[in-house]
Amino acid sequence: MTTMADTVLDVQGLFKKFRRGELYTSLRDLIPGLTRRLARREGPGQLEQRDFWALQDVSFSIQRGEAFGIIGGNGAGKSTILKLLTGIMRPTSGSIRVAGRISALIEVSAGFHPDLTGRENIYLNGAILGMKRDEIRRRFDAIVEFSGLEEFVDTPVKRYSSGMYARLGFSVAAHVDPDVLLVDEVLSVGDYLFQRKCVERMNSVIANGATVVFVSHNLREVANLCRRSLLLEKGRVQLIGPTAEVIRTYFSRSQEQRAIDAETGVVLTRVTTHDDAGPRVEFESGGKLRLTVEARARTRHEDLAVVIRIVDDHRYPVFDTCTQRLGAGPINLEAGQAVSCTFELNLHLAEGTFHVDAFLYRYVTSTNYDGWHSAATFFVTGAPEVRGVVTLQPRLAAFDIE
Amino acid sequence: MHHSLREILDHRDLLYMITWREIKVKYKQSVMGMLWAVLMPLVIVCAGLVVRYAFATASGTPLAMSDFTSVTVKAAPWAFFVSALRFGTNSLVTNANLVTKIYLPRLIFPLAAVFSQLIDFLIAGVVIGVVLGVARVGLSVYLLWLPVLLLSLIVLAMALAILFSAASLFFRDVKYLVEVFLTFAIFFTPVFYDSALFGRWAPVLLVNPVSPLLEGLSTTVILHQGPPVLWIVYSLGMTALLFTASVLMFRKLEPFFAESV
Repeated sequence: MTTMADTVLDVQGLFKKFRRGELYTSLRDLIPGLTRRLARREGPGQLEQRDFWALQDVSFSIQRGEAFGIIGGNGAGKSTILKLLTGIMRPTSGSIRVAGRISALIEVSAGFHPDLTGRENIYLNGAILGMKRDEIRRRFDAIVEFSGLEEFVDTPVKRYSSGMYARLGFSVAAHVDPDVLLVDEVLSVGDYLFQRKCVERMNSVIANGATVVFVSHNLREVANLCRRSLLLEKGRVQLIGPTAEVIRTYFSRSQEQRAIDAETGVVLTRVTTHDDAGPRVEFESGGKLRLTVEARARTRHEDLAVVIRIVDDHRYPVFDTCTQRLGAGPINLEAGQAVSCTFELNLHLAEGTFHVDAFLYRYVTSTNYDGWHSAATFFVTGAPEVRGVVTLQPRLAAFDIE
Repeated sequence: MHHSLREILDHRDLLYMITWREIKVKYKQSVMGMLWAVLMPLVIVCAGLVVRYAFATASGTPLAMSDFTSVTVKAAPWAFFVSALRFGTNSLVTNANLVTKIYLPRLIFPLAAVFSQLIDFLIAGVVIGVVLGVARVGLSVYLLWLPVLLLSLIVLAMALAILFSAASLFFRDVKYLVEVFLTFAIFFTPVFYDSALFGRWAPVLLVNPVSPLLEGLSTTVILHQGPPVLWIVYSLGMTALLFTASVLMFRKLEPFFAESV
């Protein structure tokens, strides 16, 4: 690794094996287990029936001062990677090299003791997160101020609300000075104002040259903080690259995973977003988006309508419409017939990530034949003057100072 | 071994804070607070006196002052040893939350458990000092043995706490085994009596490495005599051996803690 002098974190060929079901928890279970194991004479590295790979051949390296995202669905192995990086667990095989102090903004209040006061817990948790006592003493006031809990600092934390608890935890953790900072979902702590404070703190940590590994389901936050990301799927690295590209791949892959049930009579087969030139997923705010929905019938179906719904990143419905409401007649399909319909939408949307849900619906009987959530995802950019979900295309009509 | 101790030394602030937490939490919301540190050994001393009185009555020999002081001197270290083991054995399981979620040298937990009990022992020790002073036990050059004996007892408690804490993380049975063992240990440890009482069977009792240490305390502090040096050397050897083995084993098992809790 002489060529990468400034690599802070280097991970090579990481494997981690886990076991389903219970481990031996008492001697009674252990003895038959051991005899079975001896009788079978397995070599290491082999998978027993109950074993599975949580991580397989994961390699990546991170440069000093870089913010690096790890993206993936539930159970992809994100948290396992973080646990291996912090040293909580040891990999089955592979190597992790860290240059400097690694610290994690994970489970930031795990070290709290409910019977101790806020003040006592700051010292305790600070030590647990790797700070020296005089380091904590110096930063004590800053920590309390950041948490906004000045009045409650001498109250036992068992009397705190869960929000206060988490805020205090984050405040302590945010004042540890690591070389590598691991962050897992903690930015969803506290109310909106506190969350903003946390994101700002993260940004300043990055600006001060710390290296950050960021794991989150909030892809917009990953996109905001990290230039480069890793896409993890079932414990394997699918892609390492610019965050926008990784997020796009993540969405397109999660769509491919839709298993089409052969028994269903009529199914949605494809949902794509495009413009005049062809398929695309990035659109200008105020521009036009074409949305094509395709479906195929295995048996004869009558009276169908295609419904589309656009939801924002928090799955809040922004808009929906359907062929029927747009004046198309009922769709009747013979066995083997396919239908394709294209909607043209004016994107009066603010910047952000949006998802398309599609449904095949029969109004007469109120039956939903097929539904596909997040069938397509697109990004809207280029409306810096507005915040929120939609743009009402504001114009400053009058501006008087008297 | 060297690496483990180095790591603990690097994390001494954390060791201090965890120990401090154990002490603080132990006496929160308790009316008696630190008084418990004196009361617990006192109960053992009283029990010991009852036993001694029974012995004296049965054998027809009168109860001497040295019997009383000897039980006192042995009861407090024994109380420390028992509670350090009990507390130490559970230390990893009760901190499972930290073991699985945050990385820190886990050796700190059993050590902090022992250290926190040490504070109680210290308080009890001061009280005993006063009692012995009042009883006019007096001083002698043999008191120089005291630090050696106490240190050995503490390290022995650490060794077993380290061993049992790791073991009970994998098998909860260990916790119950230790409980049972500690309940009956008072019968085969010379706390209430002296091993000499058993005549030629005395060595069987002294095989328990705690026994020579307690007897040593009694002979040096109360009787102002030299301790049974060979047996003390045996205890020191066992202590060193157990401590090394425990730390090495702990180090070997530590990577599996988070998955096995």
